[in-house]
Amino acid sequence: MTEALTDTKTTTGAPDDGLAVLEARKSAAETFGIPLAVLAELTHRCPLQCPYCSNPVELDRASGELTTEEWKKVLTELAEIGVLQIHFSGGEPTARKDLVDLVRHASDVGLYTNLITSAVLLTKDRLSALADAGLCHVQISFQGNEPVIADRVAGLKDSHRKKIEVAKWTRELDLPLTVNAVMHRQNLHQLSDIIQMAVDLDADRLEVANVQYYGWALKNRAALMPTLAQIEETTGIVEDAQARLKGVLTIDYVVPDYYALRPKKCMGGWGRQFFNISPTGKILPCHAAESITGLEFESVRSNRSIAWIWQNSEAFNRYRGTGWMPEPCRSCEFKEVDFGGCRCQAFALTGDAGNTDPACALSPMHEAIFKQAELESAGENNRFLYRNFAGGTLETGDDGA
Amino acid sequence: MAGPRHISVSEESRPVLPRHAKLKFDETRQVWVILAPERVLAPDEIAVEVLKLCDGVVSVGQIVDQLAAKYAAPREAISTDVVAMLQDLADKGFLTEAREKTS
Repeated sequence: MTEALTDTKTTTGAPDDGLAVLEARKSAAETFGIPLAVLAELTHRCPLQCPYCSNPVELDRASGELTTEEWKKVLTELAEIGVLQIHFSGGEPTARKDLVDLVRHASDVGLYTNLITSAVLLTKDRLSALADAGLCHVQISFQGNEPVIADRVAGLKDSHRKKIEVAKWTRELDLPLTVNAVMHRQNLHQLSDIIQMAVDLDADRLEVANVQYYGWALKNRAALMPTLAQIEETTGIVEDAQARLKGVLTIDYVVPDYYALRPKKCMGGWGRQFFNISPTGKILPCHAAESITGLEFESVRSNRSIAWIWQNSEAFNRYRGTGWMPEPCRSCEFKEVDFGGCRCQAFALTGDAGNTDPACALSPMHEAIFKQAELESAGENNRFLYRNFAGGTLETGDDGA
Repeated sequence: MAGPRHISVSEESRPVLPRHAKLKFDETRQVWVILAPERVLAPDEIAVEVLKLCDGVVSVGQIVDQLAAKYAAPREAISTDVVAMLQDLADKGFLTEAREKTS
């Protein structure tokens, strides 16, 4: 994975709110149990260079990554404290030579395993070995429905053809498949064809995930921001397909929150039902949390247990519940519905993670940001800044001109 | 290859959970759950009892027989409830039918 897809699973709405279902308590806001699912970012290395990558702009180097034994210990501990699902992600998780080993270990300790991959490094033998090791589900990212746009967005030649090939192997091995399509101004016109591609690939699920704008995507906002007209058309296409493909293909849809009136319930609420583990072992409320300066995140390499860090660490408690909220959140009737939106977005756009997410119409900055987005979406700047360890490389050639 | 995407549940069906849906007892929370991609479902007691019997060999009719005997309840009412519950799961993609081995 190199996309902003980690948001999608926690922003699709109430039916997926596992906490509400499994641990019904009086106030949603003050509740936090043990997460049902954890995202393990095994590495930040990735052969793709997508300009909207959800990894932080400051990527973790290979030399700092947790070892095989460290990850196994983490997986065992997660299962012991009640985590049910593990998403192996990245960067590109298949860049780890020990992935089969880790999937087997996760299965052995009883975790439901999901692989979130760009697919381009997989061979049929390796995929087969992953299936034998107990892999439950494969999610493959797509950048378009044909190679010209898809390979350009990925910044890697021949990547689209390879993804199609691996998707077919996935179904041949009888593994369930989710197609993750990250959408933005430069590929939204392909959406109908992408939906058909998912049907043709015999996928079980399709995530239509509009880019979320922080980290790399924020740097590329002018080249990615869709127009309001595009979004309106997109919503229509998705709703039509959802009705038409009921029982054939499940479609989850994530709207870009710049064009919403209400902010997204980011991560289901900070520190409420989700955490992820970075390549170097930091336990984070979301994959972008390290972009917020001034917060100290604890590591699995410390002498504290994962449960202790989740329950007690200052970074998790800082924005938990509703007690931290300023106005207009504090007196808002929706404060336990969206928990004030996204802390990382509030930090990136206002400089203070404790502010109301500007995606909310009640934020004093909402109007200015919406206008800015509208302006950028109508602009001519289509040139990408590709994601890499060097801080990004500007696209050259005709496409970006 | 993949089985049929959309199944219609009847007493003749021999349903089974697909590979991506796992029925499991969650020791931490002391509840049964169905684990699926990006979702965790919490089936009720009766659903759990039915799903434990769904092995791709036993038919829905046989399951209904068992439940009717166990609870000394009218067979017809149980059949209606079980078929409806399984159809709902099938519509959501969490139930499939056993396939014939082709080789």
